[in-house]
Amino acid sequence: MNVLSFLIPVSVTLGLLGLAGFVWTLRSRQYDDPEGDRERVLDDRWDDEPRS
Amino acid sequence: MTMACPGCVAAPSQNDVAPVADDIILYLPDIHCAACIATVEDGLRALRGVRDVRVNLTQKRAYVSAVAGAKAATLIDTLAGLGHRAQVLDGNALAGQGAVGQDLLMRIGVAGFAMMNVMLLSVAVWAGAEDSTRHVFHLVAAAITLPAVAFSARPFFASALRALRVGRLNMDVPIALAIGLSAAVSLVGALNGSDRASWFDAALALTFFLLVGRYLDHLGRYAAKSAAADLAALASPQALLVRGGADHVVRADSLLPGDVIRVTPGSRVPADGVILEGRTELDCAALTGETAPDLRRVGDAVAAGEMNLTSPLLVRCIRAGTDTTLRRLSDMIASAEMQKSRYSGLADRAARIYAPAVHLLGLGAFAGWWAATGDPGRALEVAISVLVITCPCALGLAVPAVSTVTTARMFKMGLLVKSRTALERLSEIDEVVFDKTGTLTTGTPVLENLPLDQDLALAAGLAQGSSHPLSRAICAAAAARGVQPVPVAEVTEVAGYGVSGSRDGQELRLGRPEWAAGVPGGSDLSEVWLSRGMGRAAVFTFAEDLRPEAVACIRALRADGIRVALLSGDAPAAVARIAAALDLNESHGRLSPEGKVAWLQARADAGRRVLMVGDGLNDTGALAVAHASIAPSTALDAARSLADVVLLSDSLMPIRDALVQARRARGRMGQNMALALAYNVISVPLALAGLATPLFAAIAMSTSSVTVSANAMRRTT
Repeated sequence: MNVLSFLIPVSVTLGLLGLAGFVWTLRSRQYDDPEGDRERVLDDRWDDEPRS
Repeated sequence: MTMACPGCVAAPSQNDVAPVADDIILYLPDIHCAACIATVEDGLRALRGVRDVRVNLTQKRAYVSAVAGAKAATLIDTLAGLGHRAQVLDGNALAGQGAVGQDLLMRIGVAGFAMMNVMLLSVAVWAGAEDSTRHVFHLVAAAITLPAVAFSARPFFASALRALRVGRLNMDVPIALAIGLSAAVSLVGALNGSDRASWFDAALALTFFLLVGRYLDHLGRYAAKSAAADLAALASPQALLVRGGADHVVRADSLLPGDVIRVTPGSRVPADGVILEGRTELDCAALTGETAPDLRRVGDAVAAGEMNLTSPLLVRCIRAGTDTTLRRLSDMIASAEMQKSRYSGLADRAARIYAPAVHLLGLGAFAGWWAATGDPGRALEVAISVLVITCPCALGLAVPAVSTVTTARMFKMGLLVKSRTALERLSEIDEVVFDKTGTLTTGTPVLENLPLDQDLALAAGLAQGSSHPLSRAICAAAAARGVQPVPVAEVTEVAGYGVSGSRDGQELRLGRPEWAAGVPGGSDLSEVWLSRGMGRAAVFTFAEDLRPEAVACIRALRADGIRVALLSGDAPAAVARIAAALDLNESHGRLSPEGKVAWLQARADAGRRVLMVGDGLNDTGALAVAHASIAPSTALDAARSLADVVLLSDSLMPIRDALVQARRARGRMGQNMALALAYNVISVPLALAGLATPLFAAIAMSTSSVTVSANAMRRTT
């Protein structure tokens, strides 16, 4: 059962990483314009030097 | 991770092009693809003074950050050159709208994360973990659940508290009770190391599913609100104020009685007043529905909303802002609006029955089990399981999921749904009433007869400089036929009569029959004569242009068993002509705005649910009184802001599609309610019998929520 004392913190940390990723996507406005983002993939204006 | 202030974490960072209040926000109704985005962004960025541009395709807006003093008009002209229509939106009216959605998404994220982790731990317990393992797992689950619930479920706690403070029950009271009680009782169990079941995962799953329902509901409201804000922002009319010998552009609602304003041809009169200088024809179609322009001279009154057609006017304001005729018309509407907002949707009606029923059930379970077993702990456990199972996850999703899906689908068809209950009301419609001018017809006349090319060229030469609708119809016909306008000298517009000019020493006149050719004409203005000195006079006749697919739309509505009628303020002859063209058997002409309202009320009293489609100020009363209402996007702002749905396309066919979609959505809502109820009918007796375990609750909750959402999204061909 000792292995659990490692695994539980590991699983919670991984979960927190996922949550941090979600927060990052939210902060960088990735849910504001889903349709626009879908179309922008086809746009080759920023291919060489990505827009900041 | 700064979990200390999740509100700040959820706030978007400012390093992207964030909509700031001084930015120029443009509404671009036509953009739809990657190429459009690139054209707009590159075209605007090439302009001087523009710092950055970001197009949002979902909202069909462009956020332009520009140096102070940049003019929105230049941006719009540039876009027009690139082939895109654009309108300025009032940034202040739109500021801060997305914050609530971001906040809810953040709470959903936290609840989802915690739910998955706790569920993992619970699975081990359900699978048979014993003693110390089980104890530790419960403690870990408690450590995750309590902060997550405290943060994520705050909207429910806050709303429940607000309701209780004023001594009322709402849907959030049992929700808060179920979440709070299950978390608290499980915490006590975990700390004491008792072997009672733990409800941590149930508390989190409840929070998660309810938040998803709340988010969908918010999306619906937000779409409705931002549609309304878009329209309000579009409609900030401006006025030319004459003061100290110069013209100043001011907002129309800042005008005061006594101000002198200039009204240029082609613009709307911004306030009620008296003409000081000038003589012109005014298009009153918006106020009365009449297509024939009205001649006004010095000393005559003008009303806000009328369109100046021929020559510039100086007007002294009598009433402005909220006091104008236009606004007072809307007062008549206020009471009708109240009535409509009292319409309660399916979800509201369900909630009203639901909240007291759940409390009674929970309380009954607790009292019954305590009396029967004498064990308050066990009784509390059963009561919690009842509360958790009856919690309206699926019920909360049933209606918003359907309306979100349907509203998005209707937006793709060119229909902007503005009211939250519009779908349900549209689904009940059994009669459609159209206004004529601007709704069934485009409101602009077209040349009907076929004059000789040389006559048309001469007439176009005379008409070129005029903004009178008949002049524009002549120019349009010439352009369509490829006829080059002949240059004419000394062109002068004689308000109320027509245009005169000269060519090769010959006097030319284009206008009313009696003025231009000395022929007695009827009062019907759909006829214009062209005379040149002694030569033969030519006649031009005009007809109103029907909107595309008007005939097909009406035929389709009839085929669906819906009655169609035409109500207009225009002359009976013109109304009869259109009614005949559309094969309508019920049409009424020369109806006052009050007449339209009375007609609709009589219909409503007869038990019919009428959909009003109209665009003018004279329709506003009718739009408000009708069971549901649609206005075309070309309608006046007062009409658009009253309508439940705004028709964005030129074609009328989406009206019929709207009714079909609404009926289908209504059916889906009913199915979803039945599904949600069916789950309760099966699981509540089990919970009351004390057989419901946390595992059982988790399965019932998730499957019902997923079934309901899947049913909402199901496509029917």
